[in-house]
Amino acid sequence: MIEFRGVTKRFPDGTVAVDNLELQVRDGGITVFVGPSGCGKTTSLRMVNRMIDPSSGTIMVNDTDVMKTDAAQLRRGIGYVIQQAGLFPHRTIVDNVATVPLLLGWSKKRARDRAMELMETVGLTPEMARRYPGQLSGGQQQRVGVARALAADPPVLLMDEPFSAVDPIVRESLQDELLKLQADLGKTILFVTHDIDEAVKLGDRVAVFRVGGRLAQYDEPGVLLARPADDFVDSFVGRDRGYRGLSFRSSEQLPLHELCTVRSGERTERGWSLFLDADGRPLGWHHDRAGGGTADGGDLVPGGSLYDARAGSLRSALDAALSSPSGQGVAVDGDGRAVGAVAADDVLEALAAHRRAEAA
Amino acid sequence: MGWVSGNLPLIGNLTLQHLYFALPPIVIGLVLAIPIGWLANRTRVGRTITINVAGLLYTIPSLALFVLLPPLLGTRILDPVNVIIALTVYTVALLVRTVADALSAVPQLVVNSATAMGYGPLRRFVAVELPLSVPVVVAGLRVAAVSSISLVTVGAVIGFGGLGQMFTDGFQRGIPAEIVTGIVLVLLLALVVDGLLLLVGRLLTPWDRVGRSAGRPA
Repeated sequence: MIEFRGVTKRFPDGTVAVDNLELQVRDGGITVFVGPSGCGKTTSLRMVNRMIDPSSGTIMVNDTDVMKTDAAQLRRGIGYVIQQAGLFPHRTIVDNVATVPLLLGWSKKRARDRAMELMETVGLTPEMARRYPGQLSGGQQQRVGVARALAADPPVLLMDEPFSAVDPIVRESLQDELLKLQADLGKTILFVTHDIDEAVKLGDRVAVFRVGGRLAQYDEPGVLLARPADDFVDSFVGRDRGYRGLSFRSSEQLPLHELCTVRSGERTERGWSLFLDADGRPLGWHHDRAGGGTADGGDLVPGGSLYDARAGSLRSALDAALSSPSGQGVAVDGDGRAVGAVAADDVLEALAAHRRAEAA
Repeated sequence: MGWVSGNLPLIGNLTLQHLYFALPPIVIGLVLAIPIGWLANRTRVGRTITINVAGLLYTIPSLALFVLLPPLLGTRILDPVNVIIALTVYTVALLVRTVADALSAVPQLVVNSATAMGYGPLRRFVAVELPLSVPVVVAGLRVAAVSSISLVTVGAVIGFGGLGQMFTDGFQRGIPAEIVTGIVLVLLLALVVDGLLLLVGRLLTPWDRVGRSAGRPA
């Protein structure tokens, strides 16, 4: 476990980057430090592996005061993913990944075998092993950075704005893969970002910092969106927080309605019908003004987002309802087959039920 | 050509002698310049002082240095050590700045990432900073090597030998062919050594020719 006990960092010019930070990072989860620039989130992270030393206070990693350890030894035991990957340009990918095992004195062969294994884990092909970082895209470099941090299997991983320099689409896939990876590895991850959406998406717990290095709120992301501690957190969490907060509400009790569906060659009724393929997957909406027509798969209106009836949240249910041309959100099972319809009113009713339960 | 074919053994000896004077200073100068350049990079003041002193050293005329060194070092006036030390001084003077620039051009991001992986300062210097400064250092070394090869000729004026002796001798005895041969051989030596350094530099930096550079957003 990582624990900050009254940690303050004052730089020689007098700036206080971190002010009396008291915080415990839970084992085996992703804890995100988020805040505007100058809030001390990165300084706090870097004090964990002594890239920066605190002015006062204590940082404990697995019950050891980091200031009482040898800095280089400490760092070899903590994975670190730096902004823009920070790979060694003069070493091949496999040797970049093998860095920490080699520092720990593993044999070259064992370190390389381990590196190849990790490249596969993070989704890099074996033929990339002999290339140099300069030959990879930003997203690929960042994967190498993650593999390098994991190479010696450290229990703790520090990630310092790792995805900030890649484009939004690559960033999203890297985030998804990190979540998948974490589900397998169960590391204790400390993640720094200035992007509240990234924080809410990745964090099991999110610590919001304010300028001057003070902790403003430390909570689960759903709580952060539902009950910001003060105006600063409220404005930092940003617009649509009510809507985004629905992501963290289970849709278990949401009722499913019967869906009017039609397949190719079948007669249609008046109004909207969901057009299905042979396996029961939705292809689009069919609209029949008068009734009694035949569906042929032409003239379909594209459907809205789909709501996964088993794993979805109230947010995805509401979005499915709002984005559907018929006003009925399409609920699907794990295989993508349509199983029913959700209505926006039901989502609001479910939300009200949640709130009644919380108030009671 | 008649002069050349009649004096091949002399030409061979003078060429070897020239290399004996010119090459050790390049190697010794490089070995000395690396730690000095590293030290110079530690503080801003250190850097300013070191680079200015180095610049000053380079402005001492070579002939003066050849004559000044024996009393300073207690060596005989025609001891080859004098030439080698003098040329080492010039090589260091040229390379200190190059090494300091090369090291400070290593991306801070990469240095930080090496530290965060658990490299101690010395190991990081040898394994990360030094290899990454090779392209710039080799470029500076090529200039220093050519300069060293050309400066050896000055030593001939006070009787050190080397290919410069073909200038003084050819001039005194009125043999233009000898002077021209000397010039051509000095140029050839410089070209060959320069080419070899270029080659070694390339072999040491396979990563430097693969397009975009890492450590920056791609």
